[in-house]
This record gives sequence, structure tokens and C-alpha cells, in this order.
Amino acid sequence: MPGTIAIQAVRQVFRVRGDEDRKVHEFVALDDLHLEVGDGEFLTLVGPSGCGKSTVLDLISGLSTPTAGAVVVDGKRVTGPGLDRGVVFQQYTLLPWRTALGNIEFALEALGGLTRGERRERARDYLELVGLTDFASRYPHELSGGMKQRVAIARSLSYEPGVLLMDEPFGALDAQTRERLQEELLQIWRRTGTTIVFITHDIEEAVFLGQRVAVMSSRPGRIEAVLDIVLDRSNPEIDTRATAPFAQYRHQIWSLLRHSDTAATQLEQVHRVA
Amino acid sequence: MPSLLEERTEAGLNSRQAQAAGVRAERRIRGRLARISRGLVGIVALATIWEVAPRMGLVDPYFVSPLSDVLAAWWDLLLSGDLWIHLKASLVRSGLGFGLALSIAIPLGAAIAWYRPVREVVSPVLEMFRNTAALALLPVFLLILGIGEVSKVAIVVYACFFPILLNTISGVASVDQQLLRSARVLGLSPVTTFRKVVFPAALPTIFTGIRIAGAAAVLVLIAAEMIGATAGLGYLINYSQYNFLIPQMYAAILTTTGVGLAINYSLVAIERRLSRWRA
Ligand SMILES: Nc1ncnc2c1ncn2[C@@H]1O[C@H](COP(=O)(O)OP(=O)(O)O)[C@@H](O)[C@H]1O
Ligand SMILES: [Mg+2]
Repeated sequence: MPGTIAIQAVRQVFRVRGDEDRKVHEFVALDDLHLEVGDGEFLTLVGPSGCGKSTVLDLISGLSTPTAGAVVVDGKRVTGPGLDRGVVFQQYTLLPWRTALGNIEFALEALGGLTRGERRERARDYLELVGLTDFASRYPHELSGGMKQRVAIARSLSYEPGVLLMDEPFGALDAQTRERLQEELLQIWRRTGTTIVFITHDIEEAVFLGQRVAVMSSRPGRIEAVLDIVLDRSNPEIDTRATAPFAQYRHQIWSLLRHSDTAATQLEQVHRVA
Repeated sequence: MPSLLEERTEAGLNSRQAQAAGVRAERRIRGRLARISRGLVGIVALATIWEVAPRMGLVDPYFVSPLSDVLAAWWDLLLSGDLWIHLKASLVRSGLGFGLALSIAIPLGAAIAWYRPVREVVSPVLEMFRNTAALALLPVFLLILGIGEVSKVAIVVYACFFPILLNTISGVASVDQQLLRSARVLGLSPVTTFRKVVFPAALPTIFTGIRIAGAAAVLVLIAAEMIGATAGLGYLINYSQYNFLIPQMYAAILTTTGVGLAINYSLVAIERRLSRWRA
């Protein structure tokens, strides 16, 4: 299947210099991590800051390779970056010297096989998808934070990857803009059928967006639980976030995170005493 | 008169708000007119002092010729064709040296910056060279390359080379890592990444070096031409002084000022064109 992801027994170790002893030692960021994502699925990965979410995303995108274990996308082992996977980072990823349209064309130049005219046309289509047709010739500094992220999303979708990876893409936006973009993202996902792995530390964002929410614990980073989210979204007039099931999911994840956090702190204290 | 502090902290629209409200153009134009006319006031004042002070005997008119005499001498130089001969000699040398430095320093700087160990090995050495005044090396250049054109062009190359090289290195080395990550995610080759991401991102920093080099090219050349040359603005200044052609000396000096201004403003204009994407 084009958009399937399988993370198998992945371990990621970094060499870090300790604060106290100044010696280089190994830091286990991820340990025995398993996760499967189905084709066309929207999975959110939630966890406290520093638990290893970005590390997971880097592994799927191919920016880094795991110390042990394997990441498989569309049945093939990931060995490096590829256009079968698109990535949207938190910020600062548009080329400031290119216009909104030019930034999308940039990705299509990487794809190759298109004439200049075809690239332009396709870039326009994707700007339209994110509702920025009128801003095609604006430079990034002339766009608001929300618009910049829309362009970044359009750019990543323009080469039609099976998988879209998003690392806290709305983290730097104000609350209203964030909510609008969340809704737009869901619409885009329904229209394109792309598999999305969305990383966030915001529990509500994870519940609102995900068909499934993977909850991560830290030190070492592991998947604590995976929850199926079933919310009735048939009536657009209803504020999904204010419904009882939403609150229940939110609380459930909050408890999981809190529990794993206390466990991690206790573990750390044991280590210090020892 | 508002001070810098008041002016900069005054409540006002930021660029996006101004654009949205469509008020930017009007304020810009008025501000620009005021700026140009104030600048003119300064120039006119300087010219007046230069003219009046020697005539009133505030300074010795033999050593400081009144501006009108200087301009008359400049006009004579222009009509006789001498000005063009010397100006051309200087422009060819500095242009050649500047161009050579540019075409070597940018690729070399990019190559050095690309690999961290290389950068770390050569940076202190380059920093040493940069801080060795080009003119201090003039005797060395004359010794090795002789008194002709080669040594003069070479010293200009030397003076222009290090500012461009060091700025290229720092510009390339400090490219935003998030931009590089998004380029890698697209699977771009290193060469394409350099061409489409790293070089444009480093260009503003490189240009700072280019502007420094432009100023250095004129400065160093004039001095070099004062030693063992038979043409060039530096030679003309020195020659006029030896022969007590004081107004002509000032005319030659003013010409170098003009050259410096022209180089600086054209570089600024090119830089503006290339960085229209910035605020
Ligand atoms: N390249 C690296 N070298 C050393 N430590 C790293 C590196 N990348 C991440 N880490 C560490 O791994 C942990 C997880 O980081 P990250 O995946 O960025 O967390 P998150 O995205 O969940 O906030 C953090 O403690 C971080 O300090
Ligand atoms: Mg992160």
C-alpha cells in the first residue's frame, strides 16, 4: 500500500555530553518503539516536549537512520529522504527569496519531469487547495504565520507523496489561526487521501485531528498507548471540542501522559540515588 | 526635532499593517523628499565653506584652493583628455583586480565552508591574512612582481580577496539548518542544494564582503599608484603635488571620491535588486 508506515523495534541512541560530568555518554531517545500506520490514515503522535517525537519523524522522513530496528514505508525500508514522503516543519522552511508560488515550484523542480508551465500550473492548483490563490506572488515575509504554513503544506502535497509528516506545524500560531488550520487540514486530508502522521504536544489538537492518537512516554521514548478516536463530525455546526466524548478522550490521554511522566521522574530519581 | 530614540519608538504601523491600509506609499515619498533635500543642504554647506574659507584667508589659499579653482582645474583636465587617461588606468586596474578576486573568492569560500574541518583549519590563517594590511605588503609585491601593472592589479586582488572570501565562508556556513533540512527532505543533490538554497541564502552576507572589497579596491590602488606608476589617479595626485599644481591635485582627489561613490552606489543598487524579497 502506498501510504503505509511500519516502525519496527526502533531504537535511537544519541551521544551527548553530560551536564555534570562533561563526559560523552549515550542517551537512549527511543527504545523498542513499534508503530503501524495504515494507508490513508490520519495518526497523531502526542507526548511531552523532549520525549522523542521529532526523532520519530526524522526516522520516517529518512533524515536520520535508527541505531537498531527498521522503518518501512510502502513496503520498502527507509534509507534516506524521498519524495514518497512530504514533511512540514514547525517554521522557517520556506525559501524567503521565492514567492509563495515559487516555493511550491521549488519542490516540483526537485520532482522533475515537468515543464516550467506544468510546474506553474500545478503550483497554482495546490495554492488553491490551501486557499491562497490571491497570494501567489507574495514573499514569505509578506505572509502571516498561518499563510506561511499553508504554503508549506501546499508545497509538501504538490509532489503528491503517499505520506505527509508534520512536526508541530501549528505550534507557533495563535489559537484562532491554529483551529482554522486544523479544520482545513482535515478537509485537505479527506480530499487527497494522503496518510498523515501529525506530531503535537497539544492533547486537544491530537484528539481533534487524529483517527488514532499514539501517546508517547519519555526516557526512553516509547509508544505508551494507541487510542481510536471516534467523534461525530457530521454536523459542522457542532463545536466538536465541546462535546462529552472529546472531553473524555482528552482526559484519558492527559492521565496517560501524567502517569508516564511521574513514572519517568521516579525512575530518574532512582538513577540518581544509585 | 525628534531624536533617534523618539523616532524609532513612536507608535506606527508595521510594514504589513501599512500595506493593508495602503498608506505606505504616501509616507515613503514624503520622507524621501525630506531626506534628499536635507542631504543637499549638507553638501551645499560644505561647498560654501570650501569656497569661502580660503578666499577670506581663514586657511592658506595656496594649500587649500577654493572650490571654484579646483572645479576649473578639473574642467581643464577633462578637456585636455588627461583626466580620462588617468581615470581609465585606475578603473582598469581596480576593475580587473576586483573581478579576479570575486571570481576566485566566492567558489573557494563556498568550498571551504562546505566541510567543517577544512573551515576550521583555514579560518585562523585567513583571518591573519585579512588583518595584514594590503599596503604593508606593497613592497613585497613590488619586489616579487616588479613595478609594472601586475603588482598593482595583484595588490587590488589581495585587498578584495579576503573580505569576499571570509564573508562567503561565514555566509555559507551559517545557512539556516531548517532550510537545509527541507531541502534534504526533497531529496535534492548537494550541488542543487548549493545552487538553489545555500548560495541565495548566503548572498546578503557575501555582498557585505563585496561592498568592503569595492571600497578597498579604490583605496589600495590609489596608494599603489603613488609609488612607481606613470598613469592613474594616485599618480596624478602625487604628480600634481610635486609640481605645485594644487588645484589639479584637489581635482584628482575629488575624482577618486567620485569613483568611490559610484562603486559603492552601484554595488548597493545591485544588492537591492538581488534582495527585493526582503522587507
Ligand atoms: N541530534 C541529537 N543529539 C543528541 N540528543 C538529541 C538529538 N536529537 C534529539 N536529542 C534528544 O532526544 C530527545 C528527544 O528529542 P526530540 O525528538 O526533539 O523531542 P520532541 O520532538 O518530542 O520534543 C531530547 O531529549 C533531545 O535532547
Ligand atoms: Mg520536536
